[in-house]
Amino acid sequence: MAFSLPELPYALDSLEPHISRRTLEFHHGKHHQAYVNNLNKLIEGTPFAQADLEKIIREAEGGIFNNGAQVWNHTFYFTGLNPKPKEKPEGELKRAIEGAFGSLDALMEEFSKASATLFGSGWAWLVKTKDGNLDIVQEPNAGNPLRRGLQPLLTCDVWEHAYYLDYQNRRPDYIESFWKMVDWSVVEKRFNG
Amino acid sequence: MAFKLPDLPYDYDALEPYIDIRTMEIHHTKHHGAYTSKLNDAIQGTPAESLSIEEIMASMSEYPVAVRNNGGGYFNHNLFWTILSPDGGGVPEGELLDAINRKFGSFGNFKSEFSQAAANRFGSGWAWLIRKEDGSLAVTSTPNQDNPLMDFVEVKGIPLLGLDVWEHAYYLKYQNRRPDYIEAFWNLVNWDEVARRFSK
Ligand SMILES: [Fe+2]
Ligand SMILES: [Fe+2]
Repeated sequence: MAFSLPELPYALDSLEPHISRRTLEFHHGKHHQAYVNNLNKLIEGTPFAQADLEKIIREAEGGIFNNGAQVWNHTFYFTGLNPKPKEKPEGELKRAIEGAFGSLDALMEEFSKASATLFGSGWAWLVKTKDGNLDIVQEPNAGNPLRRGLQPLLTCDVWEHAYYLDYQNRRPDYIESFWKMVDWSVVEKRFNG
Repeated sequence: MAFKLPDLPYDYDALEPYIDIRTMEIHHTKHHGAYTSKLNDAIQGTPAESLSIEEIMASMSEYPVAVRNNGGGYFNHNLFWTILSPDGGGVPEGELLDAINRKFGSFGNFKSEFSQAAANRFGSGWAWLIRKEDGSLAVTSTPNQDNPLMDFVEVKGIPLLGLDVWEHAYYLKYQNRRPDYIEAFWNLVNWDEVARRFSK
């Protein structure tokens, strides 16, 4: 089964000024596309040729894991953002956030710190643990929390390609902008679903 | 004594068109600058303050991760600026060329092995040409700001040539096209400096 690049759920220029059209053109059209192409080439004739992405993330190693996880991670990252996002979580998710972090602001502060301090390339994640609690974790390079039994709810791509054209070395500025695009209605669905 | 950000041995625009002035300014003043000040913060008030950067590398497993990341970043960029030159490119000569031919068969073989190591490094990191303890050469690669001087790395040696393949090294000019950046790099390699490090 060949994988294909999912379309962005919004126009390339719609996240401006937080993320430029040019960044999205490369990030989606080149990086995300390359992970899809590489994955399709690598799985041919292997036990993963018919596998879904979750199975690849849980079981594969090396290039198949790297490219498969990056396909999944980018789709998850892009769909968590929206030019007209729901700005605050409600209901069950809101209660879970207050239980785990005290407040939405405290969650954002901890998540921002995880994003800012990840050294090198990688991802920061808000996850639901097996016992239903919320947690924030870092994953280097293509890492994905599914591999250790955690359910991803939100992620921030802190590979330099995600922000370098717009923010250069100023990763904290990118993270601050990230929050203006996070669509909490998507995070609620992931949490409740 | 605190470590100091070294000046570049050439102007910021000197490596054009292969590496652009904006990339050089940000890379040197912001990235290298931040590694320098964070290294100094990390070792302040510790015995490491009286050591050379090479001595710190050699016992890196004893230090906290902030020293590994920022000390590595400090050393690696120090080396990187010196092995580039606006008058670089071409081929090495003399004993270095002999050693390359002995190990890799030809300069062309070496170039493609090194380029491949740089292209295949997934995420952030460096490709290296090193001189191992037995005197032979090897191409290797390390993640993030690790380097072949650190005591815990798999393939240890004296770095002679290093290529930064963090995206910050090339993204403004080459974006996702890392292979084009690697190709451009060969026009800048300061083989005199590599030879100097080889014969030291
Ligand atoms: Fe990315
Ligand atoms: Fe760098």
